[in-house]
Amino acid sequence: MTHMDITRRAFIVATAAAGGGMMIGFSMGAGAATNINPMPWERVSDKEGQEVNAWIVIDPDGTTTIRVGQSEMGQGVFTAMPMLVAEELHVDWKMVRAEYADSNRHVRNNNLYQRMSTGGSGAVRNSRVYLQQAGASARERLKEAAAQAWSVPRDQVTAKDSVLTSGNRRGTYAEFATKAATIQLAQEPAIKQSGQFTLLGTRVARLDTPLKVNGSAIYGIDVRLPNMVYAAVKSVPTRGGSLKSFNFDAIKGRPGVIAAYKLTPNPEHPFATRIPAGVAVVADTYYRALTALNLMPIEWDMGPDANISTTEYYKQLADAVKVPGAVARNDGDAISVMKTAAKTVEGTYRTGYNAHTCMEPLNCTVAITNDRVDVWGSFQNPPGSLAVVAEHLGVQPVNVYTHTTFLGDGFGQRSRNHEVRQAAEIAKQVGNRPVKMIWTREEDTRMHTGRPASYSWLKAGLDAQGNIIAIHTRTSGHSAAAQNNPTSVANGLDAGISNGVRDHRYKIPNMLAENYIRNTNQHTQAYRAPGYEHNIWHFEQFFDEVARAAGKNPMDLRIALTADLPDWQAVLKTLKEKSGYRIDLPKGEGMGMAICESFGTIVGAVAKVTVTRRGAVTVDKVNVVLDCGNLVTPAVAEHQGQSATVYSMTDALYRELTIEKGQVVEGNFDTYPLMKISQMPVVETHFALSGGDKWGGMGEPVTPPIPAAIGNALFAATGIRVREQPASRTNLSWT
Amino acid sequence: MALTLSVNGKNYTVDVEPETPLLWVIRDNIGLTGTKYGCGIARCGACTVHVDGQAVRSCSTQAAAAVGKTVTTIEGLSPDSKHPVQVAWTELDVPQCGYCQSGQIMAAAALLAKRPRPTDADIDAEMELNLCRCGTYQAIRAAVHRAAALGGAR
Repeated sequence: MTHMDITRRAFIVATAAAGGGMMIGFSMGAGAATNINPMPWERVSDKEGQEVNAWIVIDPDGTTTIRVGQSEMGQGVFTAMPMLVAEELHVDWKMVRAEYADSNRHVRNNNLYQRMSTGGSGAVRNSRVYLQQAGASARERLKEAAAQAWSVPRDQVTAKDSVLTSGNRRGTYAEFATKAATIQLAQEPAIKQSGQFTLLGTRVARLDTPLKVNGSAIYGIDVRLPNMVYAAVKSVPTRGGSLKSFNFDAIKGRPGVIAAYKLTPNPEHPFATRIPAGVAVVADTYYRALTALNLMPIEWDMGPDANISTTEYYKQLADAVKVPGAVARNDGDAISVMKTAAKTVEGTYRTGYNAHTCMEPLNCTVAITNDRVDVWGSFQNPPGSLAVVAEHLGVQPVNVYTHTTFLGDGFGQRSRNHEVRQAAEIAKQVGNRPVKMIWTREEDTRMHTGRPASYSWLKAGLDAQGNIIAIHTRTSGHSAAAQNNPTSVANGLDAGISNGVRDHRYKIPNMLAENYIRNTNQHTQAYRAPGYEHNIWHFEQFFDEVARAAGKNPMDLRIALTADLPDWQAVLKTLKEKSGYRIDLPKGEGMGMAICESFGTIVGAVAKVTVTRRGAVTVDKVNVVLDCGNLVTPAVAEHQGQSATVYSMTDALYRELTIEKGQVVEGNFDTYPLMKISQMPVVETHFALSGGDKWGGMGEPVTPPIPAAIGNALFAATGIRVREQPASRTNLSWT
Repeated sequence: MALTLSVNGKNYTVDVEPETPLLWVIRDNIGLTGTKYGCGIARCGACTVHVDGQAVRSCSTQAAAAVGKTVTTIEGLSPDSKHPVQVAWTELDVPQCGYCQSGQIMAAAALLAKRPRPTDADIDAEMELNLCRCGTYQAIRAAVHRAAALGGAR
């Protein structure tokens, strides 16, 4: 087995200092000896920087590197996480650069970086306290170092913009960093609270932008190693099927082709990371591997699920709700009270399966050498990636080094690590050369681990005055939990099905929510606001139906039913004002609204649409108002308003996965479109921040209300209720 | 077979089948990874480069077809990230995940070379097949206008 020139500094994604400088990609050289260096996580720098603590390194020139334990997938953590540290460190922000925390060090040192899996809209709210603490602790140590040198009490030293002063004495952080690293404090300093921040909440340039405008940002798919080979993969098109045979002889003479390998799932592996049955072709370039794979005869056994179709499955979802289900919420006595209603309203809604469709298809690069395994990729959960590789190859976790790159989107697709196991399996079979595996767009769509399908039947009872006295909902859908960990849903409940109804905040005296798990052979996973993303489409459109049946303004009714929730009142009243919401537009135009609280953040949305008489839809404008309590990066939050609009509109209006004969029909963007620039509405994002101790998430909670707001606007414009996604399947022509 | 390509002002001789997409030659043989793979069928624009100044989808352009022509990738758009499109993109913090942005920037630069003062409709028409999953479209429109104001047809 040959050693590769992967140095201990082999690959760390880092940003330039805000004031300029160079991206450090990966450097080669130094030879095999450095592979076993006991500190492979050491930072990339030609200069000798001083690590003050695990998060902070200060170079002699004052450049301050702040380590980021979360993955940058567009949501801005490469800027927000350093801001949380810098707020307390009182560092000159122009001197700050960011780099990923090392997951191997994290594993070696008892989860040193605490939270390294990115998801659940949790980057800020789950790491804020310890990141602020890391900054505050370093600041006080720097002050103490200066205090000792100057023989003054620490409270007479001021730290500001990377400079320490006391009276006429002055020194830089860099001068005192080495001493500071050795100092023990009798007591850790308190951290700042809401109202005391000077950096958080201000508009700063993203630290990763310079790398993303000149091609230098490195994503998993871009990793290049000496002596590397490329793998193209094809998996059995029917989930649950297996590989019968392939004929490598038919392609082995093609240029650059090295080998073809059988990929076999191991039922002992956890469901979520189990690889599908398939084939990998390895060649000296990716295109040669892919071309050969596409030419190689392969025979599949389609397995036991080769008769599944979405047509049939949607009938099963609708049938499921005809009988009582598992109770997710039960306030009062909805069944009895419903019988006393002067008027009832019923509605059904459905959403379909969808792939995450990250712009960067799944990929992973693995290098196995005698004493260590190195893994490069766009990881959403690097310690999870590390653990999967260690398990698969039977090596100690401390000998696995994961190197996280920038992520070409995440959305939950990259937190599963099944593709990492697949790459590890291929590398194991290749043996002595590093291998980069890349999925095609078609593979990425058809082997999706995306959005679960969902169906709801909803009924409301009104009294003679039009007050809502009871709501009863039944929601059936696909459950990822039932596949990944069946015992977790033994009671028939999955929050991934009931989120958004189970916890909706309207004051309804009698409310019953039931749910039903009905799975196919598709695999699903967290999909940007799990549960909320479908239930808010169902519930908030239904609520619009109820308001209209009660003869009430949908905005005013929502305000009335949340009167005792001040944060909701602020969001709704801001939304009403900013959007100019009205229900008296001429036919063919309409405004619709929806609201949802998820991941600790309340988001209200109003959409304005125009529909031609022939049913062509334009979404003209989306107004978003959000309350996440406190805000770290306002510009990024505004981008999230736009991002959530594009992400959720794509599913609401334009696309859905179809299953026939147990296989996903759609493959590439020609059959499975993403929203285009010409379809982009004007998006305005406003804040109604409640401050205090509230820290809500940002990556997911903006998505749920937007499709329902659009659906309600489409009804307002046409009188036609869109009950299924995508709306393109509903005839919206009107006269 | 050996092909010689001019990329970013430099000649590269590569040993590839002539039908190999320019994208993979740029990425795997030449080693410039700023140009991205997204679909392979000219439907997403992540692979957009300039061939003789025209925006093309390198995933669906045969390498042999680029012989004798001038290929420019994101790495060659400017030596210092100071092309007006790059400046505008930086000012407005356009990228989110960033994966599609090389293609967006190359498409915008080609558009501005043809139409120095594009309307929103021009932008929509020219960049219709440059997909962005993060949803940077609104920022892209603003940045194209900003680049135009900066003298985008550099």
